[in-house]
Amino acid sequence: MSDLVHHESSTTRPTPAPIPHALRRADIDPKAARRAERQVAIMFALSALFTVLFVIAFVAIDPSVEIGLPVIGTTSALNVSMGLTFGLAIFLIGTGAIHWAKKLMPDVEVVEERHEFASSAEDVAAASETFKVGAAESGVMSRPLIRRTLLGAMALFPIPLIVTLRDLGPDPATSKFHTMWRSGMRLHTDVSNQPIRAADIPVGNLINAIPDGLEEVEHEEGNLNERAKSVVVVVRIDPADIRSQQGGTAEEPWDYNGILAFSKVCTHVGCPISLYEQRTHHLLCPCHQSTFDLADGGKVVFGPAARPMPQLAITVDSEGYLVAQGDFTVPIGPSFWELS
Amino acid sequence: MRFLASQRRHPLAGFAVMLAALVVTGLSFAAIDSGTEQVAADTVSETVVAQGKTLFAEGCSSCHGLNAEGTTDGPSLIGVGAAAVDFQVSSGRMPMAAQGVQAPRKQSIYTEEEIAALAAWVASTGPGPAIPEPSDYDTTNADLSAGGEKFRVNCAQCHSFSGGGGALTNGKYAPNLDAATAKQIYEAMITGPQNMPVFSDTTLTKQDKQDIIRYIEELRKGSNPGGLDLGQYGPVTEGLFLWTAGFAALIAAAIWIGVKAK
Repeated sequence: MSDLVHHESSTTRPTPAPIPHALRRADIDPKAARRAERQVAIMFALSALFTVLFVIAFVAIDPSVEIGLPVIGTTSALNVSMGLTFGLAIFLIGTGAIHWAKKLMPDVEVVEERHEFASSAEDVAAASETFKVGAAESGVMSRPLIRRTLLGAMALFPIPLIVTLRDLGPDPATSKFHTMWRSGMRLHTDVSNQPIRAADIPVGNLINAIPDGLEEVEHEEGNLNERAKSVVVVVRIDPADIRSQQGGTAEEPWDYNGILAFSKVCTHVGCPISLYEQRTHHLLCPCHQSTFDLADGGKVVFGPAARPMPQLAITVDSEGYLVAQGDFTVPIGPSFWELS
Repeated sequence: MRFLASQRRHPLAGFAVMLAALVVTGLSFAAIDSGTEQVAADTVSETVVAQGKTLFAEGCSSCHGLNAEGTTDGPSLIGVGAAAVDFQVSSGRMPMAAQGVQAPRKQSIYTEEEIAALAAWVASTGPGPAIPEPSDYDTTNADLSAGGEKFRVNCAQCHSFSGGGGALTNGKYAPNLDAATAKQIYEAMITGPQNMPVFSDTTLTKQDKQDIIRYIEELRKGSNPGGLDLGQYGPVTEGLFLWTAGFAALIAAAIWIGVKAK
């Protein structure tokens, strides 16, 4: 039957001409066959040798010994020896097997006929008969109580999977809209945690800053979350170069004499960024190359980020130290659904 | 000599002569360069300033102007300070070999005395950061662990966690820190060369800078058990290497397996 179907389909698609079989050198010349045999055996023998060498290298070479290799440079002798011997041992088994198959094993072209996919009519009838008998004997149609409770149980079963989604974490509620910055809160240098005097910042300067009091927030209270949200970069740009800012008036600007503070969290997917080019005033993100122009309100000038880098309004207190005018007016970091 | 004479028309003779000339020039240059002694420029006499003005007119004024006022080819140097001159010239970045987006580090063409004279003259045109004293960048009392933290917060974003450097925009880049001396690292932080921002002593203290320099020096000592570090630029170059070299090897193997034997 399968031959019949095959013949029918061949009326629409012609069978390709058979490929003429070419004899290999090893098929004709016994010398060539012996040479191929030797080559395969040599590969397997070398593989065995490298396995032995691996064990010897592992035992004999001191892990602290370093050797200089061309191109690769100074490297651990043990790493190189183990890698090379182990790699060659398995590689030579593979190449030996392929060489053997290509040169010596039979390479005559064979055609494998495809059988019919559908089952025979008798098999289909028998299977459907078995199903009908089973359904009648189980009584699933004549006992609606069992049928309906079973369907109900199966409908409810996936509910626990949905309920456990609650464990994914507490609802962030409005926490994504706020950081710990407050009006009058001093900016401190990151790591050394010192207040920053405005007069100490020359044009072109970059400071990685955190809010005063961040270090006092305990780990249990979410110090890392607060840090991740409130980190800023402080730069000083010649006021003549500043083209726009995200807010402020002439009387109450968001900068202080050209000192600007921006969030350090990329608005694309939240990488911390402080690659600052002081001549172009561009802030770059190393993750996906988003580029923000800090002299032009933190606008995106390149890359996938969709929102400008949020600006933190700053001024100075009575002692001349930089302080925030308040919290960010827009959420920092990547955009999210509730952000409108 | 007869061998040389007979080989002088060999196709590779030109290359060989050029290579030999380059090696000789380079070696003699290195010999002259290493012979220079550190000269203290505590007292800057007027003759030194005058010598600096002459050197500036010869080597720098075509781009920076006769009075360091700047031209369309180069920025004004008034007020950049002696530290900026010492950094740019001692690291060979200035004078630039050709106009470009960024001056690369190369062998300096000036002696210590000449650099000091140039710096003294540029400093006389306007106030700016002075050349740091050896005590400023002395790392005997530096805290290595704190230096690591400060390096990762302030420097690693551009120079990479390993000090290997990295790309910026439009062909600019943060250089590898391996060759920079402690003095040059200090000067770079206080002057902000090219597109690097300034990290003034008032916002990143002397102690912070010493800690960072100590950490950078420690980074260079690290052993490299994996060998070829691909510039220590991180996963981008490593990925590129595997996706090109690794896949080329796999494709070559697949082709070899698929080709029929003769």
